[in-house]
Parts: sequence; C-alpha cells; structure tokens
Amino acid sequence: MAVKLILRDKEYEVRPGMALVDALKKNNIVPEAVIATRDGEMITDDEILRDGDVVKLIAVISGG
Amino acid sequence: MKCRKCENKASIHMRQHKLALCKEHYLEWVPEQTERFIKKYEMFAPEEKILVAVSGGKDSLSLWHILLKLGYQADGLYLGLGIDGGINYSHESQRLTEEFAAKNNLKLHIVDIEKEYGQPIPVIAQRSHRGDGKPCAVCGLAKRHEMNRIARDLGYDVLATGHNLDDEAAVLFGNTLNWSSEYLLRQGPVLPGTAGLARKVKPLCRFYEREMTAYAILSGIEYIYEECPFAEGSQSIFYKESLNQLETARPGAKLIFYLNFLEAKKSGNLFLEKNVEMADLHPCPKCGQPTSTPDFCSFCRMIEKTKDN
Repeated sequence: MAVKLILRDKEYEVRPGMALVDALKKNNIVPEAVIATRDGEMITDDEILRDGDVVKLIAVISGG
Repeated sequence: MKCRKCENKASIHMRQHKLALCKEHYLEWVPEQTERFIKKYEMFAPEEKILVAVSGGKDSLSLWHILLKLGYQADGLYLGLGIDGGINYSHESQRLTEEFAAKNNLKLHIVDIEKEYGQPIPVIAQRSHRGDGKPCAVCGLAKRHEMNRIARDLGYDVLATGHNLDDEAAVLFGNTLNWSSEYLLRQGPVLPGTAGLARKVKPLCRFYEREMTAYAILSGIEYIYEECPFAEGSQSIFYKESLNQLETARPGAKLIFYLNFLEAKKSGNLFLEKNVEMADLHPCPKCGQPTSTPDFCSFCRMIEKTKDN
C-alpha cells in the first residue's frame, strides 16, 4: 500500500508518514495552486499522510 | 492543525494571514471580510442594485452567494459566449449557473452573444483577425461591452465581478513587466462610473484564488471545474503560476505586491519622480557621508551597536 495523490488525470504515489506539503513538493506540485481533500474533507498542508490514503487535489487556477 | 477560533480541526490554513480555520468559521470569515472590503473601498451601499457577472466558475458564483448572505440586492448576468472546445464549455457553464440561480431563487439575465450579434465569440475572433489566433482578447472586449450595456439598460447601480487577488496580481505583474503606466493607474478594486460607463467593483479582490476555491467547495457550490479550452497556455495563467511559486517560497508575497501597489497609487506617488537632491541630507558626524537619518548614518549606527554587544 502507499498514498495516492490525484490531480486531474494524473496520479502520484508517495510513501506514508509524509506531510502533505512535502508530498506535493516532492512531485513538483505547487501547494499554493491546489486544495487537497481526503474522504471528501479538506485537509491542511501539515496533515500526515497514512497508508492507503487517496488524496484528491483540486486545481485552483482559472482564467485566460 | 486546529482552528484558531474553536480548536476544532482546521479545513484551511492561510499562511499569508497566519490563520487556520475550520469549515464553520471559514464560511463566516469570508463574508465578514468581503463586507469589510466593500466598505473600505466604498464599493456600494445596501440600498443599491447590484448586477453580478456570473460565468459558472467558482469566483463569480461564490461572489453571488456571499452578497446574498450579506443581504445585498444582487441579480446575475450570464453571457453565452458560444465556446465548445470539445467539452461543451459554454453549455455546461450556463447549466451550472442556471441551476445555482434556480436553487437559490435568484434573478438571472442571460445574454447569448450569437443571438445578439449573429456569431459566437470564436467566429467573431476569427473574422475580425484580432488576438493572434486566440479569441481571448475578443472575448474580454465583448464581455466588458455587454456587461456595461446590460447594467445600464436594466438600471443597475453597479456591476460586480468575481476577480480575486490572483487575477489582480497577475494583471499587475503583466502591466509592471511592460510598464504599462496607463493600465497601472486604472487598476483597482473600484472603477468609478462615468458618463456611459457603469461603476465596476471587485469585492473579492483581496482573497487568494485558493481561498475562493475553498469557499466554493465548503459551501457546496457546484461550479465548472474545467478550464476554458482557450485558456491553456495563456499569459495570465503563466503569470499566476509564477506568482504561486513566489508565494510558496515567501508566504504573503502576492498580497503585499497587490496591497502595496494600491497604497502607492492612493498616495499619488506612483510614477512621481522624486528629486533626490531635494531630500534632507546632511553629513554623518562620524564618517562624513550624506545621510537622511538624524545624527549618525545607518552604517555608523550599526557599527556602534556591534561595539555595545
């Protein structure tokens, strides 16, 4: 098992025990540009990711 | 991380404010702050009729939601742009806007560009040869024109748009890179009404885009998540991404960039050339170099301080 991050149609795997902010940076995802949800609830950057977690990332940038 | 107000688990942490809040307190905080900005920048009074430009996106629907929560009289205006892009973009955004209006029992005006002018935005862009093959410039022009026309024709006092701080900072960044002084002097939370032009206001101009996304999610607002098909690779998105890199390294950088700009503009000092020779300079009694600080210059004071320790 691992932790899965999903952003649009991309999936990233990280190891459990990491803080969300570190998992984002490790995968070159700018924390300021996403909102993270787990089990439908928003979570903050310091949240420690657990084995089997699926974190859905919602992109915040819009406009043209 | 815990909510600063109630100690429950926080849903959002706003590093630029050093503030974490739970869902309940965040949904109170955003309208309270919006009200504060409406008053601070003198956007409109409670008795005025507001027309909110709604696109089906998170910002404009959240703005409409907040204004109603605050008790303002706000109707919506949706402009049908005729953009498909393989994802039915305009159709889907109109559906979500209509659903929001119906669910909240709100008045929504719908203007379809193709019905009004015979062709949708992408075709107007193609035929008018404006905008380097992309319809964004034509779209912006058409939206500004139509929003103003409807606001005036229907007798609204003010037109409100959902521009957030990231939108404003990206425009400011672009105009600063180009030193577009005229545009810089015109940018702000309020564009006063003049003969023929409705007053335009941006009540969300001090919220980060991330905060508005959080507000929409936590309020259960269904908005169009898909990006406009023509926005991919646009300059404004590139500027937003660049500013977010900066924000990650320096929390509060976007906010300071925008607020200090507003301050400089308000003070009248933006682009005002200062006569350096006129500054009150006198020789430092210790080293003799010119200084504006009373007594010793900053360098000599610093050296003196190191001797004290």
